[in-house]
Amino acid sequence: MTDYNAYIATDTIEGAEGGPLAGKTVAVKDNISTKGVQTTCGSAMLEGYVPPYDATVIKRLKDAGATIPGKTNMDEFGMGTTTETSAYGAVENPAARGRVPGGSSGGSAAVVAAGDADYALGSDTGGSVRCPAAFCGVVGIKPTYGLVSRYGLVAYANSLEQIGPLAPTVEEAAELLEVIAGPDERDGTTRDAREHGTDYDFADAADGDVEGLSIGVPTELLDGADERVVETFWDAIDELESRGASYHEVDLPSVEHAVEAYYVIAMSEASSNLARFDGVRYGQSGGEGNWNESFAKARDEGFGEEVKRRVLLGTYALSAGYHDKYYKKAQDARAWVKQDFDEALSGADVLASPTMPVPPMKRGESLDDPLTMYLADANTTPVNLANLPAISVPAGETDDGLPVGLQLVGPAFGEKTIIRAGSALA
Amino acid sequence: MSDNAVDGDEVTHIADLARIDLDEAEVERFTEQFGEILSAFEALDEVPETDRDAELTNVMRPDKVRECLSQDEALQNAPDSEAGQFKGPKVS
Repeated sequence: MTDYNAYIATDTIEGAEGGPLAGKTVAVKDNISTKGVQTTCGSAMLEGYVPPYDATVIKRLKDAGATIPGKTNMDEFGMGTTTETSAYGAVENPAARGRVPGGSSGGSAAVVAAGDADYALGSDTGGSVRCPAAFCGVVGIKPTYGLVSRYGLVAYANSLEQIGPLAPTVEEAAELLEVIAGPDERDGTTRDAREHGTDYDFADAADGDVEGLSIGVPTELLDGADERVVETFWDAIDELESRGASYHEVDLPSVEHAVEAYYVIAMSEASSNLARFDGVRYGQSGGEGNWNESFAKARDEGFGEEVKRRVLLGTYALSAGYHDKYYKKAQDARAWVKQDFDEALSGADVLASPTMPVPPMKRGESLDDPLTMYLADANTTPVNLANLPAISVPAGETDDGLPVGLQLVGPAFGEKTIIRAGSALA
Repeated sequence: MSDNAVDGDEVTHIADLARIDLDEAEVERFTEQFGEILSAFEALDEVPETDRDAELTNVMRPDKVRECLSQDEALQNAPDSEAGQFKGPKVS
């Protein structure tokens, strides 16, 4: 089994006999509830927590005949870009030893890259499927908001996150997406793709046909990116062009503010969501005493530093006197980003950028500088703000052998378009 | 560094609101980091006021009784329980 510390636990969950995923393994991020199998979210707070029910996506995996070989390591509660904030240790990048695997679904990307599982599920709040896919040289899809049920996903920032597939190829990622997608009465934010002009035959769309595809390239998402990444990105665009696609540059001025808006909104939602961890119904107990003291002790001992940082900043952004300055402005930025994407996608089938502006960082160099780590999410976070689907496909490697991901963003419920485009490359 | 950088007392106050104990070293580190992060967030001042005409609709469902967790299942992860109920710390 893996020596990348990619699994938090390797309890096997067997699926039904037969089904589209029979004989296949799907590793599952440890913030997705699995009945009878520990689910920690990478946090000491939830060490030993055993969900009494399955997330909807787990039920669908089991019904499809998949075997779940284990629960994958992740940044604590999904808060990180490197899978170094886990209480269960950092994850190594199998595709670039000594580098981070990306995050927060770093364990899921690592097991797929290492060949330890056929597929994996991650969750993407601001890039947490696409970033590790890019850094580990595999494929990851962040679905349109509402395509996949979040029932049983331990919440970090509800309005932004989706569960998404990781796999070695676009076709396989699409196969897994077919299994998990679809409305769910237990998640009122899910929608039926068939009522939005499409269907669920995602794998069929992976035919590599990009003849006539129009690609918009937002210049703002190339500015400031690492030269080696930009070079690899253009090589991938050249490849798509040689197969019949065309590209043009587009302006998305709003994305200059997206990463700040994302962090304000995500931290604010996190401060509210994580209030549930008080050590009474589940999680680490703060022991006897006055309840405020007990809760504060449980949360001091149970949460790691990045989680504390985000809960505190979110509490600050929502506190009296600061709400209008941060949260309200961030919601304005979110609406602006949506408008910008809608406009750009009215003149292009997909928008392309490097998934991450930098190649995978060396392990251990990001943790002391949270702001720099946040800014690395500049290209992925706008997509969550706009509720759109996006895929990260391997674009190639830098001259020094580091994986680079190409991100393709489509219109709402345009999964088949980004799958078709991405399948020309992987 | 921003003029609005928070000081240690503010960090302690926020931590109090969020019910998270912090030790002195954490307060010191967060005070410095929050100054830097919040000043980056100041860039949001440049965002124009934008119409948020999202097509939001309420999603309703009938409130029907259906299968749910048993009492034992609901309590299985509680650090402490008594007579079928969660047992928490004293309220005052």
